Amino acid sequence: MPLRGWTTSRVQLESRESRFAVAAPHKVIGMTTSERTGIRLTNLTKSYGDVKAVRGIDLLINPGETLALLGPNGAGKTTTIDMMLGLIRPDAGSVSLFGASPTDAVDAGVISGMLQTGSLPQYLSVRELVTMMASLYPHPLEVEDVLRHAGILEIADRPTTKLSGGQTQRVRMAIALIAEPEMLVLDEPTAALDVEGRRDFWESIRGVAARGKTIIFATHYLEEADAYADRIVLMARGRIVADGPPTEIKARVGGRTIRATLPGVEASALKALTGVASAEQRGEGFVLKCGDASSSDAALRALLTQFPQARDIEVRGAGLEEAFLDLTGDEADQESPS
Amino acid sequence: MKGLTYVRYEVLRTVRNRRFLIFSLVFPLILFLSIASAHRNEELDGISFPLYYMTGMAAWGSMTAVISSGARIAQERQVGWTRQLRITPLKTSTYFTAKVLTGYLMALFSIVVLALAGTLLGVRLGAVGWLTMLGLLLVGLIPFAIMGIALGHLISVDSLGPAIGGITALFALLGGVFGPLVTSGVLFTIVKCLPSYWLVQAGKSAHEGGHIWTGQAWIVIAVWSLVLARVGVRVYRRDTAKV
Repeated sequence: MPLRGWTTSRVQLESRESRFAVAAPHKVIGMTTSERTGIRLTNLTKSYGDVKAVRGIDLLINPGETLALLGPNGAGKTTTIDMMLGLIRPDAGSVSLFGASPTDAVDAGVISGMLQTGSLPQYLSVRELVTMMASLYPHPLEVEDVLRHAGILEIADRPTTKLSGGQTQRVRMAIALIAEPEMLVLDEPTAALDVEGRRDFWESIRGVAARGKTIIFATHYLEEADAYADRIVLMARGRIVADGPPTEIKARVGGRTIRATLPGVEASALKALTGVASAEQRGEGFVLKCGDASSSDAALRALLTQFPQARDIEVRGAGLEEAFLDLTGDEADQESPS
Repeated sequence: MKGLTYVRYEVLRTVRNRRFLIFSLVFPLILFLSIASAHRNEELDGISFPLYYMTGMAAWGSMTAVISSGARIAQERQVGWTRQLRITPLKTSTYFTAKVLTGYLMALFSIVVLALAGTLLGVRLGAVGWLTMLGLLLVGLIPFAIMGIALGHLISVDSLGPAIGGITALFALLGGVFGPLVTSGVLFTIVKCLPSYWLVQAGKSAHEGGHIWTGQAWIVIAVWSLVLARVGVRVYRRDTAKV
Protein backbone atom coordinates (compact mmCIF):
# COMPACT_ATOMS: atom_id res chain seq x y z
CA MET A 1 0.00 0.00 0.00
CA PRO A 2 1.56 3.31 -0.99
CA LEU A 3 1.79 5.83 1.80
CA ARG A 4 0.01 8.59 0.00
CA GLY A 5 -0.08 11.99 1.54
CA TRP A 6 2.99 11.21 3.56
CA THR A 7 5.27 13.70 1.88
CA THR A 8 2.69 16.46 1.76
CA SER A 9 1.78 16.12 5.41
CA ARG A 10 5.29 15.77 6.75
CA VAL A 11 5.60 19.53 6.99
CA GLN A 12 2.68 19.67 9.38
CA LEU A 13 3.78 16.80 11.56
CA GLU A 14 5.74 18.74 14.09
CA SER A 15 3.05 21.18 15.06
CA ARG A 16 0.53 18.38 15.14
CA GLU A 17 2.67 16.32 17.46
CA SER A 18 3.23 19.11 19.89
CA ARG A 19 -0.49 19.95 19.95
CA PHE A 20 -1.46 16.42 20.68
CA ALA A 21 1.30 15.99 23.20
CA VAL A 22 -0.36 18.73 25.21
CA ALA A 23 -3.66 16.88 25.12
CA ALA A 24 -2.40 13.46 26.17
CA PRO A 25 1.30 13.48 26.98
CA HIS A 26 1.35 10.05 28.62
CA LYS A 27 -0.12 8.32 25.61
CA VAL A 28 2.58 9.03 23.09
CA ILE A 29 5.67 7.66 24.75
CA GLY A 30 7.41 4.69 23.15
CA MET A 31 5.80 4.90 19.73
CA THR A 32 7.22 5.37 16.30
CA THR A 33 6.44 8.59 14.50
CA SER A 34 3.88 7.11 12.13
CA GLU A 35 2.05 5.33 14.94
CA ARG A 36 1.95 8.48 16.96
CA THR A 37 0.74 10.76 14.22
CA GLY A 38 -1.45 8.54 12.11
CA ILE A 39 -4.58 6.49 12.39
CA ARG A 40 -4.02 2.78 12.48
CA LEU A 41 -6.60 0.02 12.28
CA THR A 42 -5.20 -3.41 13.00
CA ASN A 43 -7.16 -6.58 12.22
CA LEU A 44 -10.39 -4.81 13.12
CA THR A 45 -13.21 -7.34 13.42
CA LYS A 46 -16.87 -7.12 14.45
CA SER A 47 -19.80 -9.51 14.18
CA TYR A 48 -23.45 -9.10 15.07
CA GLY A 49 -24.59 -12.61 15.85
CA ASP A 50 -23.99 -14.59 12.67
CA VAL A 51 -23.46 -11.52 10.54
CA LYS A 52 -19.79 -10.70 10.08
CA ALA A 53 -19.98 -6.94 9.64
CA VAL A 54 -16.24 -6.24 9.55
CA ARG A 55 -13.79 -9.06 8.84
CA GLY A 56 -10.29 -8.05 9.83
CA ILE A 57 -9.42 -4.62 8.46
CA ASP A 58 -5.86 -3.28 8.41
CA LEU A 59 -5.45 0.36 7.47
CA LEU A 60 -2.93 3.12 8.03
CA ILE A 61 -4.15 6.66 7.45
CA ASN A 62 -1.66 9.50 7.41
CA PRO A 63 -2.38 12.86 9.01
CA GLY A 64 -3.82 15.36 6.58
CA GLU A 65 -5.26 12.75 4.27
CA THR A 66 -8.82 12.96 3.01
CA LEU A 67 -9.93 9.38 2.74
CA ALA A 68 -13.18 8.00 1.38
CA LEU A 69 -14.59 4.71 2.61
CA LEU A 70 -16.51 3.65 -0.47
CA GLY A 71 -18.84 0.71 -0.57
CA PRO A 72 -22.42 -0.43 -1.02
CA ASN A 73 -24.86 -0.67 1.89
CA GLY A 74 -23.87 -3.44 4.25
CA ALA A 75 -20.18 -3.22 3.34
CA GLY A 76 -19.26 -2.48 6.96
CA LYS A 77 -18.49 1.23 6.57
CA THR A 78 -20.63 2.45 9.47
CA THR A 79 -19.45 -0.36 11.76
CA THR A 80 -15.84 0.54 10.96
CA ILE A 81 -16.50 4.21 11.65
CA ASP A 82 -18.30 3.42 14.91
CA MET A 83 -15.29 1.41 16.05
CA MET A 84 -12.93 4.23 15.08
CA LEU A 85 -14.99 6.62 17.19
CA GLY A 86 -15.13 4.23 20.13
CA LEU A 87 -18.92 3.83 19.90
CA ILE A 88 -18.60 0.08 19.33
CA ARG A 89 -16.03 -2.21 20.89
CA PRO A 90 -14.40 -4.46 18.27
CA ASP A 91 -14.52 -8.25 18.75
CA ALA A 92 -10.86 -8.35 17.81
CA GLY A 93 -8.19 -5.96 16.61
CA SER A 94 -7.53 -2.39 17.62
CA VAL A 95 -7.82 1.25 16.64
CA SER A 96 -5.09 3.79 17.34
CA LEU A 97 -5.82 7.47 16.73
CA PHE A 98 -2.65 9.54 16.88
CA GLY A 99 -1.25 6.98 19.30
CA ALA A 100 -4.27 7.03 21.61
CA SER A 101 -7.33 4.82 21.97
CA PRO A 102 -10.57 6.14 20.44
CA THR A 103 -11.98 6.87 23.91
CA ASP A 104 -8.91 8.88 24.93
CA ALA A 105 -8.90 10.74 21.61
CA VAL A 106 -12.59 11.57 22.05
CA ASP A 107 -11.97 12.76 25.62
CA ALA A 108 -9.08 14.94 24.46
CA GLY A 109 -11.34 16.51 21.83
CA VAL A 110 -9.01 15.72 18.93
CA ILE A 111 -11.67 13.93 16.89
CA SER A 112 -15.25 14.73 16.06
CA GLY A 113 -17.81 13.34 13.71
CA MET A 114 -21.10 13.47 11.92
CA LEU A 115 -23.02 10.27 12.44
CA GLN A 116 -25.42 8.88 9.92
CA THR A 117 -28.50 8.91 12.11
CA GLY A 118 -29.77 11.25 14.72
CA SER A 119 -31.86 14.35 15.02
CA LEU A 120 -31.10 17.36 17.18
CA PRO A 121 -32.22 17.82 20.80
CA GLN A 122 -35.40 19.80 21.39
CA TYR A 123 -36.00 23.13 23.11
CA LEU A 124 -32.84 24.88 21.94
CA SER A 125 -32.14 27.34 19.15
CA VAL A 126 -29.49 26.53 16.59
CA ARG A 127 -27.08 29.05 18.15
CA GLU A 128 -27.69 27.73 21.66
CA LEU A 129 -27.05 24.17 20.55
CA VAL A 130 -23.80 25.04 18.78
CA THR A 131 -22.69 27.11 21.80
CA MET A 132 -23.47 24.19 24.11
CA MET A 133 -21.42 21.82 21.97
CA ALA A 134 -18.55 24.30 21.70
CA SER A 135 -18.34 24.43 25.50
CA LEU A 136 -17.44 20.72 25.56
CA TYR A 137 -14.18 21.12 23.60
CA PRO A 138 -10.81 22.42 24.76
CA HIS A 139 -10.12 24.70 21.77
CA PRO A 140 -13.38 25.37 19.93
CA LEU A 141 -13.79 27.78 17.04
CA GLU A 142 -15.88 30.94 17.39
CA VAL A 143 -19.58 30.05 17.32
CA GLU A 144 -20.54 32.94 15.00
CA ASP A 145 -17.77 32.01 12.55
CA VAL A 146 -18.89 28.42 12.36
CA LEU A 147 -22.55 29.42 11.95
CA ARG A 148 -21.60 31.69 9.06
CA HIS A 149 -19.32 29.08 7.56
CA ALA A 150 -22.01 26.40 7.69
CA GLY A 151 -24.51 28.80 6.12
CA ILE A 152 -26.89 28.77 9.10
CA LEU A 153 -26.40 32.29 10.46
CA GLU A 154 -29.84 33.32 9.17
CA ILE A 155 -31.55 30.46 11.00
CA ALA A 156 -29.41 30.69 14.17
CA ASP A 157 -32.35 31.77 16.35
CA ARG A 158 -34.73 29.14 15.07
CA PRO A 159 -35.61 26.15 17.27
CA THR A 160 -33.76 22.98 16.27
CA THR A 161 -37.05 21.23 15.64
CA LYS A 162 -38.20 23.74 13.01
CA LEU A 163 -35.55 23.01 10.37
CA SER A 164 -35.60 21.32 6.99
CA GLY A 165 -33.56 18.17 6.39
CA GLY A 166 -30.82 20.11 4.66
CA GLN A 167 -30.68 22.75 7.42
CA THR A 168 -30.50 20.05 10.08
CA GLN A 169 -27.58 18.51 8.23
CA ARG A 170 -25.80 21.88 8.16
CA VAL A 171 -26.29 22.25 11.91
CA ARG A 172 -24.82 18.79 12.43
CA MET A 173 -21.88 19.82 10.31
CA ALA A 174 -21.45 22.95 12.44
CA ILE A 175 -21.41 20.75 15.55
CA ALA A 176 -18.67 18.60 14.02
CA LEU A 177 -16.64 21.63 12.88
CA ILE A 178 -16.87 23.66 16.10
CA ALA A 179 -14.53 21.18 17.79
CA GLU A 180 -11.74 22.14 15.38
CA PRO A 181 -10.58 18.50 15.59
CA GLU A 182 -7.46 16.92 14.14
CA MET A 183 -9.60 14.21 12.62
CA LEU A 184 -13.10 14.59 11.25
CA VAL A 185 -15.22 11.52 10.59
CA LEU A 186 -18.30 11.83 8.39
CA ASP A 187 -20.69 8.93 7.88
CA GLU A 188 -22.58 9.48 4.62
CA PRO A 189 -22.76 13.20 5.34
CA THR A 190 -24.58 14.33 2.21
CA ALA A 191 -27.42 11.82 2.28
CA ALA A 192 -30.05 14.45 3.20
CA LEU A 193 -28.73 17.22 0.96
CA ASP A 194 -29.75 18.43 -2.48
CA VAL A 195 -27.22 19.14 -5.22
CA GLU A 196 -26.49 22.68 -4.10
CA GLY A 197 -26.28 21.61 -0.47
CA ARG A 198 -23.78 18.94 -1.41
CA ARG A 199 -21.56 21.42 -3.20
CA ASP A 200 -21.61 23.86 -0.27
CA PHE A 201 -20.95 21.04 2.13
CA TRP A 202 -17.88 19.78 0.33
CA GLU A 203 -16.66 23.33 -0.10
CA SER A 204 -16.59 23.66 3.71
CA ILE A 205 -14.92 20.29 4.13
CA ARG A 206 -12.24 21.30 1.63
CA GLY A 207 -11.53 24.30 3.83
CA VAL A 208 -11.01 21.97 6.79
CA ALA A 209 -8.76 19.71 4.73
CA ALA A 210 -6.73 22.74 3.66
CA ARG A 211 -5.96 23.40 7.34
CA GLY A 212 -4.20 20.02 7.43
CA LYS A 213 -6.92 18.06 9.20
CA THR A 214 -7.48 14.38 8.57
CA ILE A 215 -10.87 13.65 7.06
CA ILE A 216 -12.50 10.26 6.72
CA PHE A 217 -15.86 9.96 5.07
CA ALA A 218 -18.12 7.09 4.14
CA THR A 219 -20.11 7.22 0.95
CA HIS A 220 -21.67 4.96 -1.62
CA TYR A 221 -21.21 7.46 -4.43
CA LEU A 222 -18.11 6.89 -6.53
CA GLU A 223 -18.36 10.43 -7.92
CA GLU A 224 -18.27 11.94 -4.44
CA ALA A 225 -15.28 9.83 -3.39
CA ASP A 226 -13.53 10.68 -6.65
CA ALA A 227 -14.16 14.41 -6.40
CA TYR A 228 -13.26 15.03 -2.76
CA ALA A 229 -10.93 12.30 -1.50
CA ASP A 230 -7.25 11.93 -2.20
CA ARG A 231 -7.44 8.27 -1.33
CA ILE A 232 -10.26 5.76 -1.71
CA VAL A 233 -10.62 2.63 0.36
CA LEU A 234 -13.11 0.32 -1.25
CA MET A 235 -15.06 -1.90 1.13
CA ALA A 236 -17.36 -4.80 0.42
CA ARG A 237 -18.73 -7.50 2.69
CA GLY A 238 -16.68 -6.32 5.64
CA ARG A 239 -13.34 -6.32 3.84
CA ILE A 240 -11.11 -3.81 2.10
CA VAL A 241 -11.09 -4.85 -1.53
CA ALA A 242 -9.10 -1.98 -2.99
CA ASP A 243 -7.09 0.94 -1.69
CA GLY A 244 -5.49 3.68 -3.72
CA PRO A 245 -5.79 7.07 -5.37
CA PRO A 246 -9.16 7.87 -7.01
CA THR A 247 -7.83 7.46 -10.55
CA GLU A 248 -6.71 3.94 -9.76
CA ILE A 249 -9.94 2.97 -8.05
CA LYS A 250 -12.00 4.55 -10.79
CA ALA A 251 -10.17 2.52 -13.38
CA ARG A 252 -11.02 -0.64 -11.48
CA VAL A 253 -14.53 0.21 -10.47
CA GLY A 254 -15.63 2.59 -13.17
CA GLY A 255 -14.86 0.21 -16.04
CA ARG A 256 -17.16 -0.18 -19.06
CA THR A 257 -18.56 -3.22 -20.70
CA ILE A 258 -19.30 -3.67 -24.40
CA ARG A 259 -21.78 -6.35 -25.37
CA ALA A 260 -22.23 -7.37 -28.98
CA THR A 261 -23.64 -10.23 -30.99
CA LEU A 262 -20.91 -11.48 -33.29
CA PRO A 263 -21.23 -15.06 -34.61
CA GLY A 264 -18.21 -17.03 -35.70
CA VAL A 265 -15.49 -14.99 -34.06
CA GLU A 266 -12.90 -16.22 -31.60
CA ALA A 267 -12.69 -14.58 -28.20
CA SER A 268 -8.92 -14.26 -28.55
CA ALA A 269 -9.36 -12.10 -31.64
CA LEU A 270 -11.57 -9.70 -29.66
CA LYS A 271 -9.26 -9.63 -26.68
CA ALA A 272 -6.50 -8.42 -29.00
CA LEU A 273 -8.49 -5.25 -29.84
CA THR A 274 -7.24 -1.92 -28.50
CA GLY A 275 -8.72 -1.04 -25.13
CA VAL A 276 -10.19 -4.46 -24.40
CA ALA A 277 -9.09 -5.96 -21.10
CA SER A 278 -10.95 -9.25 -21.37
CA ALA A 279 -13.34 -10.95 -23.71
CA GLU A 280 -15.85 -13.59 -22.78
CA GLN A 281 -18.08 -15.58 -25.07
CA ARG A 282 -21.79 -15.93 -24.24
CA GLY A 283 -23.54 -17.98 -26.93
CA GLU A 284 -23.27 -15.96 -30.13
CA GLY A 285 -22.40 -12.84 -28.24
CA PHE A 286 -19.43 -11.47 -26.40
CA VAL A 287 -18.85 -9.42 -23.30
CA LEU A 288 -15.81 -7.16 -23.62
CA LYS A 289 -14.51 -5.52 -20.50
CA CYS A 290 -12.66 -2.25 -20.84
CA GLY A 291 -10.96 0.13 -18.42
CA ASP A 292 -12.27 3.68 -18.50
CA ALA A 293 -14.39 5.56 -21.03
CA SER A 294 -11.47 6.34 -23.37
CA SER A 295 -10.46 2.70 -23.63
CA SER A 296 -14.03 1.60 -24.32
CA ASP A 297 -14.27 4.28 -27.03
CA ALA A 298 -11.08 2.96 -28.61
CA ALA A 299 -12.33 -0.61 -28.32
CA LEU A 300 -15.62 0.26 -29.98
CA ARG A 301 -13.88 1.95 -32.92
CA ALA A 302 -11.57 -1.04 -33.39
CA LEU A 303 -14.48 -3.46 -33.08
CA LEU A 304 -16.56 -1.76 -35.77
CA THR A 305 -13.58 -1.40 -38.09
CA GLN A 306 -12.49 -5.00 -37.88
CA PHE A 307 -15.89 -6.65 -37.40
CA PRO A 308 -18.49 -4.54 -39.22
CA GLN A 309 -20.97 -7.42 -38.91
CA ALA A 310 -21.23 -6.84 -35.13
CA ARG A 311 -24.81 -6.02 -34.07
CA ASP A 312 -26.93 -5.41 -30.94
CA ILE A 313 -24.05 -3.36 -29.55
CA GLU A 314 -24.46 -2.10 -26.02
CA VAL A 315 -21.95 -0.07 -24.00
CA ARG A 316 -22.51 0.20 -20.29
CA GLY A 317 -20.68 1.69 -17.37
CA ALA A 318 -20.26 -1.03 -14.81
CA GLY A 319 -22.39 -0.11 -11.80
CA LEU A 320 -20.75 0.11 -8.42
CA GLU A 321 -22.59 -2.97 -7.19
CA GLU A 322 -21.41 -4.94 -10.21
CA ALA A 323 -17.88 -3.71 -9.77
CA PHE A 324 -17.94 -4.64 -6.09
CA LEU A 325 -19.11 -8.13 -6.88
CA ASP A 326 -16.35 -8.33 -9.43
CA LEU A 327 -13.72 -7.27 -6.94
CA THR A 328 -14.99 -9.45 -4.13
CA GLY A 329 -15.44 -12.52 -6.31
CA ASP A 330 -13.24 -15.56 -5.96
CA GLU A 331 -9.61 -14.47 -6.13
CA ALA A 332 -8.87 -17.23 -8.65
CA ASP A 333 -11.12 -15.98 -11.42
CA GLN A 334 -10.52 -12.34 -10.73
CA GLU A 335 -8.74 -10.73 -13.62
CA SER A 336 -5.69 -8.61 -13.10
CA PRO A 337 -6.46 -4.90 -13.28
CA SER A 338 -5.86 -3.39 -16.69
CA MET B 1 -15.87 24.61 35.08
CA LYS B 2 -16.31 22.96 31.70
CA GLY B 3 -19.62 21.23 32.30
CA LEU B 4 -21.32 24.40 33.55
CA THR B 5 -22.43 25.69 30.15
CA TYR B 6 -23.77 22.27 29.32
CA VAL B 7 -25.77 22.12 32.57
CA ARG B 8 -27.11 25.64 31.95
CA TYR B 9 -28.52 24.67 28.55
CA GLU B 10 -29.85 21.42 29.96
CA VAL B 11 -31.83 23.44 32.52
CA LEU B 12 -33.00 25.83 29.81
CA ARG B 13 -34.29 22.90 27.76
CA THR B 14 -36.24 21.59 30.73
CA VAL B 15 -37.83 24.91 31.62
CA ARG B 16 -38.97 25.30 27.99
CA ASN B 17 -40.64 21.88 28.06
CA ARG B 18 -44.23 22.74 28.91
CA ARG B 19 -45.43 19.19 29.49
CA PHE B 20 -42.70 18.76 32.06
CA LEU B 21 -43.78 21.89 33.91
CA ILE B 22 -47.42 20.89 33.88
CA PHE B 23 -46.87 17.48 35.47
CA SER B 24 -44.30 18.44 38.07
CA LEU B 25 -45.62 21.91 38.95
CA VAL B 26 -49.11 22.78 37.79
CA PHE B 27 -50.78 19.43 38.44
CA PRO B 28 -49.81 19.06 42.12
CA LEU B 29 -50.54 22.74 42.70
CA ILE B 30 -54.09 22.51 41.34
CA LEU B 31 -54.78 19.35 43.32
CA PHE B 32 -53.48 20.99 46.47
CA LEU B 33 -55.48 24.17 46.05
CA SER B 34 -58.73 22.40 45.21
CA ILE B 35 -58.58 19.65 47.85
CA ALA B 36 -56.88 21.47 50.72
CA SER B 37 -59.07 24.55 50.46
CA ALA B 38 -62.14 22.36 50.83
CA HIS B 39 -60.74 20.87 54.05
CA ARG B 40 -58.98 23.93 55.35
CA ASN B 41 -59.90 23.56 58.99
CA GLU B 42 -59.70 19.80 59.26
CA GLU B 43 -56.96 17.51 60.43
CA LEU B 44 -55.33 14.55 58.68
CA ASP B 45 -53.07 11.98 60.37
CA GLY B 46 -52.60 14.23 63.37
CA ILE B 47 -51.62 17.43 61.57
CA SER B 48 -53.57 20.16 59.81
CA PHE B 49 -55.06 19.09 56.47
CA PRO B 50 -53.41 21.83 54.36
CA LEU B 51 -49.99 21.03 55.89
CA TYR B 52 -50.39 17.32 55.15
CA TYR B 53 -51.51 17.99 51.59
CA MET B 54 -48.89 20.60 50.98
CA THR B 55 -46.10 18.18 51.87
CA GLY B 56 -47.86 15.32 50.06
CA MET B 57 -48.20 17.29 46.84
CA ALA B 58 -44.66 18.67 47.18
CA ALA B 59 -43.43 15.08 47.52
CA TRP B 60 -45.42 14.00 44.49
CA GLY B 61 -44.40 16.94 42.30
CA SER B 62 -40.73 16.73 43.19
CA MET B 63 -40.76 12.97 42.71
CA THR B 64 -42.23 13.43 39.23
CA ALA B 65 -39.65 16.13 38.48
CA VAL B 66 -36.58 14.05 39.30
CA ILE B 67 -37.92 10.86 37.68
CA SER B 68 -38.91 12.54 34.41
CA SER B 69 -35.65 14.47 34.19
CA GLY B 70 -33.67 11.24 34.06
CA ALA B 71 -36.25 9.38 32.01
CA ARG B 72 -35.95 11.95 29.22
CA ILE B 73 -32.69 10.18 28.38
CA ALA B 74 -34.96 7.68 26.57
CA GLN B 75 -35.92 10.39 24.10
CA GLU B 76 -32.32 11.47 23.50
CA ARG B 77 -31.36 7.85 23.03
CA GLN B 78 -34.11 7.23 20.49
CA VAL B 79 -33.14 10.10 18.21
CA GLY B 80 -29.46 9.17 18.41
CA TRP B 81 -28.42 12.28 20.33
CA THR B 82 -26.65 10.29 23.07
CA ARG B 83 -24.46 8.73 20.36
CA GLN B 84 -23.47 12.19 19.20
CA LEU B 85 -22.66 13.20 22.79
CA ARG B 86 -20.58 10.07 23.28
CA ILE B 87 -18.15 11.27 20.60
CA THR B 88 -17.58 14.55 22.44
CA PRO B 89 -15.35 15.05 25.51
CA LEU B 90 -18.52 15.29 27.67
CA LYS B 91 -18.12 12.78 30.49
CA THR B 92 -20.93 10.32 31.10
CA SER B 93 -20.92 11.40 34.73
CA THR B 94 -21.44 15.04 33.72
CA TYR B 95 -24.29 14.00 31.46
CA PHE B 96 -26.00 12.19 34.34
CA THR B 97 -25.16 14.94 36.82
CA ALA B 98 -26.82 17.48 34.53
CA LYS B 99 -29.98 15.36 34.44
CA VAL B 100 -30.02 14.98 38.25
CA LEU B 101 -29.28 18.66 38.87
CA THR B 102 -32.03 19.69 36.47
CA GLY B 103 -34.45 17.32 38.13
CA TYR B 104 -33.56 18.68 41.57
CA LEU B 105 -33.90 22.25 40.39
CA MET B 106 -37.39 21.54 39.10
CA ALA B 107 -38.15 19.65 42.32
CA LEU B 108 -37.07 22.69 44.32
CA PHE B 109 -39.28 24.84 42.17
CA SER B 110 -42.22 22.53 42.83
CA ILE B 111 -41.58 22.55 46.60
CA VAL B 112 -41.31 26.35 46.73
CA VAL B 113 -44.50 26.84 44.74
CA LEU B 114 -46.40 24.48 47.05
CA ALA B 115 -44.93 26.13 50.13
CA LEU B 116 -46.24 29.47 48.89
CA ALA B 117 -49.64 27.93 48.15
CA GLY B 118 -49.59 26.35 51.62
CA THR B 119 -48.91 29.71 53.24
CA LEU B 120 -51.86 31.04 51.29
CA LEU B 121 -54.09 28.42 52.90
CA GLY B 122 -52.83 29.17 56.39
CA VAL B 123 -49.84 26.85 56.82
CA ARG B 124 -47.45 28.45 59.27
CA LEU B 125 -44.05 26.95 60.04
CA GLY B 126 -40.89 28.23 61.68
CA ALA B 127 -37.63 28.51 59.76
CA VAL B 128 -36.39 25.26 61.31
CA GLY B 129 -39.58 23.50 60.21
CA TRP B 130 -39.28 24.66 56.61
CA LEU B 131 -35.59 23.80 56.41
CA THR B 132 -36.04 20.36 58.00
CA MET B 133 -38.75 19.57 55.47
CA LEU B 134 -36.72 20.84 52.53
CA GLY B 135 -33.52 19.04 53.53
CA LEU B 136 -35.21 15.70 54.17
CA LEU B 137 -37.26 15.95 50.95
CA LEU B 138 -34.06 16.45 48.95
CA VAL B 139 -32.53 13.38 50.61
CA GLY B 140 -35.66 11.33 50.02
CA LEU B 141 -35.59 12.17 46.32
CA ILE B 142 -32.23 10.49 45.70
CA PRO B 143 -33.62 7.01 44.85
CA PHE B 144 -36.19 8.57 42.50
CA ALA B 145 -33.50 10.53 40.64
CA ILE B 146 -31.53 7.32 40.12
CA MET B 147 -34.74 5.50 39.11
CA GLY B 148 -35.30 8.14 36.41
CA ILE B 149 -31.89 7.57 34.84
CA ALA B 150 -32.40 3.79 34.91
CA LEU B 151 -35.84 4.18 33.29
CA GLY B 152 -34.27 6.37 30.63
CA HIS B 153 -32.14 3.44 29.52
CA LEU B 154 -34.78 0.79 30.02
CA ILE B 155 -37.94 1.97 28.31
CA SER B 156 -38.89 3.31 24.90
CA VAL B 157 -40.19 6.81 24.29
CA ASP B 158 -43.68 5.46 23.53
CA SER B 159 -44.04 4.00 27.00
CA LEU B 160 -42.30 6.89 28.73
CA GLY B 161 -45.45 8.87 29.63
CA PRO B 162 -47.53 5.95 30.95
CA ALA B 163 -44.52 4.51 32.79
CA ILE B 164 -43.69 7.73 34.62
CA GLY B 165 -47.37 8.43 35.33
CA GLY B 166 -47.98 4.91 36.62
CA ILE B 167 -44.85 4.66 38.72
CA THR B 168 -45.23 8.07 40.37
CA ALA B 169 -48.95 7.50 41.02
CA LEU B 170 -48.31 4.09 42.57
CA PHE B 171 -45.47 5.29 44.80
CA ALA B 172 -47.45 8.40 45.75
CA LEU B 173 -50.58 6.47 46.64
CA LEU B 174 -48.79 3.74 48.64
CA GLY B 175 -46.54 6.25 50.34
CA GLY B 176 -49.56 8.18 51.61
CA VAL B 177 -49.25 11.32 49.53
CA PHE B 178 -53.06 11.60 49.30
CA GLY B 179 -53.57 10.63 52.93
CA PRO B 180 -52.26 7.67 54.90
CA LEU B 181 -53.23 4.40 53.20
CA VAL B 182 -52.74 2.17 56.24
CA THR B 183 -51.49 2.85 59.73
CA SER B 184 -50.97 -0.68 61.08
CA GLY B 185 -50.54 -4.31 60.12
CA VAL B 186 -48.39 -6.14 57.59
CA LEU B 187 -49.22 -3.72 54.78
CA PHE B 188 -48.04 -0.82 56.92
CA THR B 189 -44.73 -2.62 57.50
CA ILE B 190 -44.36 -2.96 53.74
CA VAL B 191 -45.35 0.65 53.09
CA LYS B 192 -42.69 1.78 55.54
CA CYS B 193 -40.09 0.22 53.26
CA LEU B 194 -41.03 2.52 50.37
CA PRO B 195 -39.02 5.69 49.75
CA SER B 196 -42.22 7.60 48.98
CA TYR B 197 -43.53 6.91 52.52
CA TRP B 198 -40.46 8.68 53.83
CA LEU B 199 -40.96 11.59 51.44
CA VAL B 200 -44.31 12.17 53.15
CA GLN B 201 -42.65 11.81 56.56
CA ALA B 202 -40.06 14.39 55.46
CA GLY B 203 -42.96 16.77 54.93
CA LYS B 204 -44.59 15.88 58.25
CA SER B 205 -41.29 16.44 60.06
CA ALA B 206 -41.79 20.14 59.37
CA HIS B 207 -44.45 20.09 62.05
CA GLU B 208 -43.56 17.10 64.21
CA GLY B 209 -39.78 17.57 64.23
CA GLY B 210 -36.87 15.72 62.71
CA HIS B 211 -37.20 12.74 65.07
CA ILE B 212 -39.94 11.10 62.96
CA TRP B 213 -37.32 10.67 60.24
CA THR B 214 -35.95 7.56 61.96
CA GLY B 215 -32.95 5.36 61.36
CA GLN B 216 -35.21 3.21 59.20
CA ALA B 217 -35.70 6.21 56.91
CA TRP B 218 -31.97 6.47 56.23
CA ILE B 219 -31.73 2.71 55.64
CA VAL B 220 -34.72 2.60 53.26
CA ILE B 221 -33.39 5.54 51.22
CA ALA B 222 -29.86 4.10 51.13
CA VAL B 223 -30.95 0.58 50.14
CA TRP B 224 -33.30 1.79 47.39
CA SER B 225 -30.59 4.12 46.08
CA LEU B 226 -27.93 1.41 45.98
CA VAL B 227 -30.18 -1.21 44.39
CA LEU B 228 -31.47 1.22 41.75
CA ALA B 229 -27.92 2.39 41.04
CA ARG B 230 -26.91 -1.24 40.43
CA VAL B 231 -29.84 -1.67 38.04
CA GLY B 232 -28.99 1.65 36.40
CA VAL B 233 -25.35 0.71 35.75
CA ARG B 234 -26.50 -2.60 34.33
CA VAL B 235 -29.06 -1.19 31.88
CA TYR B 236 -26.65 1.59 30.91
CA ARG B 237 -23.93 -0.95 30.03
CA ARG B 238 -26.36 -3.11 28.11
CA ASP B 239 -27.69 -0.12 26.25
CA THR B 240 -24.35 1.35 25.19
CA ALA B 241 -22.91 -2.03 24.24
CA LYS B 242 -25.54 -2.74 21.61
CA VAL B 243 -25.50 0.63 19.88
